[in-house]
Amino acid sequence: MDDHTAGLVLDHVEIRQAGQVLVQLNHRVKPGEVLTLMGPSGIGKSTLLSAITGALAPVFELSGRILLNGRDITELPPHQRHTGILFQDPLLFPHMSVGANLAFGLAPGGSRQNRQARVEEVLAEVGLEGYASRDPDTLSGGQRARVALMRMLLSDPQALLLDEPFSGLDASLRTKVRNLVFERAKACDLPVLMVTHDAEDAKAAGGEVITLGV
Amino acid sequence: MAKSRSFFPILPALTLLLLLGPVLAGLVGTILPGFGHLPAAGLYGPSLDPFRDLFDWPGFWPAVRLSVGTGVAAAAISLTIVATILAGWAGTRAFGWVERLLSPLLAVPHAAAAFGLAFLIAPSGWLFRLVSPGLTGWQRPPDLLILQDPMGLSLIAGMVIKEVPFLLLMSIAAMGQVGGARRLAVAQSMGYGRVAAWMFTVFPVVYGRIRLPVLVVLAWSMSVVDVAVILGPSTPSTLSVQIVRWMSDPDLVFRLRAAAGALVQLGLVLGAVAVWWGLERLLGRLGASLAHRGLRLGADAHIRAGGLLLALLTALLLFLGLLGLFVWSFAGFWSFPDLLPDQFTLRSWHRDSVGSWQAVSETAVIAGAAVAVGLFLTLGCLEAEERHGLRLTQRGMWLLYLPLLIPQTAFLPGLQTLMLSLGLETGRGAVVVAHLVFVLPYIRLSLQDPWMQWDRRQAVVAKALGASPDRVLWRVRLPMLLAPILTAVAVGIAVSVGQYLPTLLIGGGRVETLTTEAVALASGGDRRAIGVFGLLQTAAALLPFALALIVPALVWRNRKGLRDG
Amino acid sequence: MKTNWLKASVLGALLPLAAMADTDPKDWGAVLEEARGQTVYWNAWGGSPTTNAFIAWAGERVKADYGVTVEHVKLTDTADAVTRVLSEKEAGQDADGAIDLIWINGANFAAMKQSGLLFGPFAEDLPGWANVDVEGKTVQTDFTVPVEGYESPWAMAQVVFMYDTADIEAPLPSAQKILEWAKSHPGRFTYPQPPDFLGTTFLKQMLVDLLDDPSVLVDPVADDSYPAVTAPLWAYLDELTPVLWREGRAYPPTGTRQIQLINDGELDMAISFSPGAASTAIANYELPDTVRTFVLEKGTIGNASFVAIPYNSGSKEGAMVLANFLLSPEAQANAQDPNVLGYGTVLNVAGLSDEDRARFDALDLGIATLSPDELGQAQAEPHPSWMTRIAKDWQARFGVTE
Repeated sequence: MDDHTAGLVLDHVEIRQAGQVLVQLNHRVKPGEVLTLMGPSGIGKSTLLSAITGALAPVFELSGRILLNGRDITELPPHQRHTGILFQDPLLFPHMSVGANLAFGLAPGGSRQNRQARVEEVLAEVGLEGYASRDPDTLSGGQRARVALMRMLLSDPQALLLDEPFSGLDASLRTKVRNLVFERAKACDLPVLMVTHDAEDAKAAGGEVITLGV
Repeated sequence: MAKSRSFFPILPALTLLLLLGPVLAGLVGTILPGFGHLPAAGLYGPSLDPFRDLFDWPGFWPAVRLSVGTGVAAAAISLTIVATILAGWAGTRAFGWVERLLSPLLAVPHAAAAFGLAFLIAPSGWLFRLVSPGLTGWQRPPDLLILQDPMGLSLIAGMVIKEVPFLLLMSIAAMGQVGGARRLAVAQSMGYGRVAAWMFTVFPVVYGRIRLPVLVVLAWSMSVVDVAVILGPSTPSTLSVQIVRWMSDPDLVFRLRAAAGALVQLGLVLGAVAVWWGLERLLGRLGASLAHRGLRLGADAHIRAGGLLLALLTALLLFLGLLGLFVWSFAGFWSFPDLLPDQFTLRSWHRDSVGSWQAVSETAVIAGAAVAVGLFLTLGCLEAEERHGLRLTQRGMWLLYLPLLIPQTAFLPGLQTLMLSLGLETGRGAVVVAHLVFVLPYIRLSLQDPWMQWDRRQAVVAKALGASPDRVLWRVRLPMLLAPILTAVAVGIAVSVGQYLPTLLIGGGRVETLTTEAVALASGGDRRAIGVFGLLQTAAALLPFALALIVPALVWRNRKGLRDG
Repeated sequence: MKTNWLKASVLGALLPLAAMADTDPKDWGAVLEEARGQTVYWNAWGGSPTTNAFIAWAGERVKADYGVTVEHVKLTDTADAVTRVLSEKEAGQDADGAIDLIWINGANFAAMKQSGLLFGPFAEDLPGWANVDVEGKTVQTDFTVPVEGYESPWAMAQVVFMYDTADIEAPLPSAQKILEWAKSHPGRFTYPQPPDFLGTTFLKQMLVDLLDDPSVLVDPVADDSYPAVTAPLWAYLDELTPVLWREGRAYPPTGTRQIQLINDGELDMAISFSPGAASTAIANYELPDTVRTFVLEKGTIGNASFVAIPYNSGSKEGAMVLANFLLSPEAQANAQDPNVLGYGTVLNVAGLSDEDRARFDALDLGIATLSPDELGQAQAEPHPSWMTRIAKDWQARFGVTE
C-alpha cells in the first residue's frame, strides 16, 4: 500500500433516490485525518455512512467506488469491510456482559484466556477495570460510550465512521469522550469520517469540513 | 454469506406452499364432491344434486340464518366491547388491570371456555344456584331455554368471551405502533371527551391495523364447530355443526351434501366479509362526518363505565367457568341447588389418568413439532426478507391470513378425502402438517412486530465489528428477541393445542390429543371428565405462556436492558 | 332412509368381496401366534369415562396374556369409523387400514356387511363362543339382520327407564302412562335428540309400545304401509313434545347428558339402553341414590352390543383375540359389575363352570338394577330401515323449531 491509496477513498461516490441525486462526494480521508460532514437533516449524511458500512437500504442507488487502503469495498458484504462505526447511542448488545461485548468485537483466534486478558487490558485503558462482568445497562452514559469505542477498536477497523456520536452526551462528558475518540483514532492512524450537527465537534476534529446541501 | 444465500430464498416459497397447499388442495377436495363428483364411489359429476339435496333439508334456511346471525353478532359485539374499553380506558391503571386479567385468558381453549360458561349460565348452573333457593325459592332448576336457545344467544356469549381477549391484545399491539397516547392527548386538549377523542383520532388507525384479525374473528364465529356443539341450538344446529355431522355419516350421499354445505359455508363467510367491508366504509364515513361537526361528547362517564363493566364481565365469566371445571373435576355427589359438592374426591383424576397422560404427550409431541417447524420457517422467512430487502406486502398479509379466513369445514374434510385417494398416510405426521397451516400465521403475526421493531443499527454495528450475517442472527438478534420468540412459541402451542377438526380429520381418528379427548368426552356430557380434560387442555395452553414470561426473566435476570423491554 | 340402502347396494355391487383372513379363525393356535405383537386399534365411542376405563382394562389384560397391544380410538360417533373404512375402500387402501375393531351398532353393521366392508365370518369360530347364550339372547341377529359370524357379541342391552323416586312415586309402565305423567309434570322429561342412537331407540320403543301388532316392523319399511304404521307415533309425539323439557325446543345431545340433567334436578326420568347404568351412575356420584329403573308392561327392546373387524384390518388376528377375550367369563363378569360398566352378559351363566359362575354370583348388581326376571324377555328390534326413515321424518317434524 503506497501513500497515494492509503486511507478511505470516496471515488466519485453518488447516492440517488428515485433518480434524484442525494449526495455526491469525491474525496480521500488520509490515515489519522478527520473529515467532518455537516448539513441540515435529511440531506443524506447518514445515508453516505450506510453506503460505506454496506448497510445501504435498497431504495438507494450507489455509483462510484469506495476504497479502503487500496481495497475496493464497494461490493463487499458489510462484515468484510472493516469499517468501524459509532452511533449516537452506544448500542452495546444488551444481552451480553460488558466483557462479552468487547470479546464480540475482538477478532477471532487466540485462547480463551488470552482473549479474556485482552478484554481486561482494554477496559483498564479506559479506566473501567473489573467491569467485564457488568450488565451494560447499569453503566453510565460516559462509560457506555467508552466501551462502545473500545469494542469497535478491538475489531481492527481500517476506518472509523462517526454518526452524530457525541450528541447524546451532556456537555461535560462530551468533551472528554470526544477527545478520547479522536486521540484513539489518531493513535491507530485511522481515517475518520464524522457526520455531525455540532460545530464544536467539527472544530475539535480539526480536519477538513464539508457542508452538504448548500 | 455464500452458503446462506442459497438457503434462505427457498424458505418463503416453502412456507407459502405449506400454508396454502393444504388449503387449496382441501378446497379442490370439497368442490368436486360438492358438484357430485366422487369417482371412488362411482359418482361422476358435474351435477347439482348435492345442492338440491342440501336445499331440501328442512333445517337449511334456519341453519344458515343461525350461522350468519350468531357469527356477525359475536364479531360485532366483541369489537364494540374492545373499542369501548380502549376508548374509555387505554393508558389508565384500570386498563392495565384489564389487560393483565384478559391476556392469559387468550390461551384458554375454546371448548374449555364454552364448557365453563355452560355450567355457569344453565338453569341448573352456578349463577342460579347462587340465588337459589335463597332469593328465588327454587328447589329445582327452572325450565328455561338458556343453553341451546334457538337464537343462539348463549353461543354468541361463548364466542364473545373468547374473542374479546384476542381483539384486545391485537389492538394493544397495534396502538403501540401508532402512538395513540399522543393523539389522544392532543384531541383531549381541544376539549373532546375521552371516548370521542379516542374514537375520532386513534380508532381509525388502530382499526386499519386490526382489520384482518377482526375478519378472522368474523369468519371463525360463523363457522366454529366445537363451541356451537356445546352452547348452540340443535333444532337445527349451525351449518358447520351439521356439515361435520354429515361428513361422519356412513351414507355417502351425506358426504356430497356435506361438501355442498361446505361450499355454501364458504360463500356465506366470503359474503359476510364483503358486507362487513362495506359497512366498515359506511361507518368510517359516518365517523368522519361526526368528527367534522366537531362533536366533543364530553359527558361520556356512562360509556366508560359500561366498557369497563363489560370487559370485567368477560374476564369474570371465563374465570368462574374455569373454576367451575376445577370444582367439577374433584366433585363427589353434587346436585341443584347446592353451591358446592357434598364431598370432594380424586376419583375423576385417577380414572382418567392413563388416557390423559397419553393425550398430554401426544399433544406435546404434535404441538412441539408444528411449532418447531413453524418457528424455523418464520424466522427463516423474516431473515430472508431482511437479507434480500423484501417486505411483506398487504397482499402477502392476506395470503398469511387466508387459512384463518377460510372456514375449516370448507377445506379440511376435502383434504382428508384427497389425502386418502392419493394414498397419503394420515396420522401424526400429517396432523403436524395440518396444524402448521394454523400455527404458522399466528407465529408470524406474533413475531412480525418485535422483529421489525428491533434496532437495525445493532446489526450495522455487529457487522462493522466483523460479524457475518449468520453470526449477527445467532449471536445478536435472536438472543435479544428471546422474549418475543418464546411468546410466539407459546402462541403457536396454544393454537396447536386448541385444534380439533384438523386433528380429528387428518389424524384419521388415530391421533388423540387433549382436545379430541375433551370433545369426545363432551359428547357424553360427563362434567367431571370434561373438568379434568378441560383443565389439562387449559394448562397445556397456559403453561407455555408462563414459561415465555419466566424463562427470559431468568435468563436475562442480570440484563436490565432486556428485562425492562 | 331409502338412499342409505340404495347406496349400500350400489357399493356392494361395486366393491369386491371382503378379503379373506390371513389366518383361518378355526385354527386358533395359529391365530394366537400371529396375533402376538400386533397392535389393535379399537374404535369405540369415547364419551363415557367408564367404558374408556373398561376398554383400557381389557387392553392391559390382552397385552399381558396374548402380547396384543390395544389402542382405544375414542370416537364421538361410531359412524366416524364406518366413514373411515369407506374412505379407505374408495382410496383403494385394502390392507392395513386404520381400524382393526369397531364397537358397532345395528344400522352401521347392516350397511358395512352389505357393502362387504367386514371381515368374516369369524365370530362363531372363537373359542369363547361355546359359552354364549345362543338360545336365550339375540346374538345371531342384529336389528333383524343375520349376523352370520361377521361380528362378535360382548354385552347385552335392554331399554329401561330411570326415574327419581323422590319425584315419581311409581313406574310408568306404558307409552300412554308416560304421556299422562308428562302432561301433569311439564318440562320434566325429554329424550336425546335423534339421530342419536338412544334418541332413535326412544322413538322405536314408543312405536313398538303403541302398535297393537309390532311384528310389522320386522320387515323392511315399505312406502305404502309406512304412513299408517307410524301415524300413532307422530300423534303421540305431537302430544308429548309441548310438555317436554324446554317444550321440545332443545334436546340433550346424548344419553349421558340426560343423566347429568337428572342429577341437576332438571329431569325426573330418562331412557337408557343399559339396565345397570343407573346403578353405575349412582356409584360414580352421577345420580342421586333415589334413582331406580323400570321397564314397560309389554316389555322393552333389547339387543346385543357387537364388535366387528373391517375387511382391511392389518391386525385381524389380534382383533379376534380381543373379541374372544371380551367373551371370557372374566371380562363378562367385570363388565356386568355396576362399579365398572353394569352391562348385561351374553353368556349362558348357568352353563359355566362353578368357578366362573361364582364370578357372576358374587356381583352385587346395584340398588337401581332390575333382576333378569324383572327385565323380562326383550322385544325384537325393528328392521333398521324403519329407524333411518323415522329419524329423518323426526328431523323434518320436530328437528326444526321455528
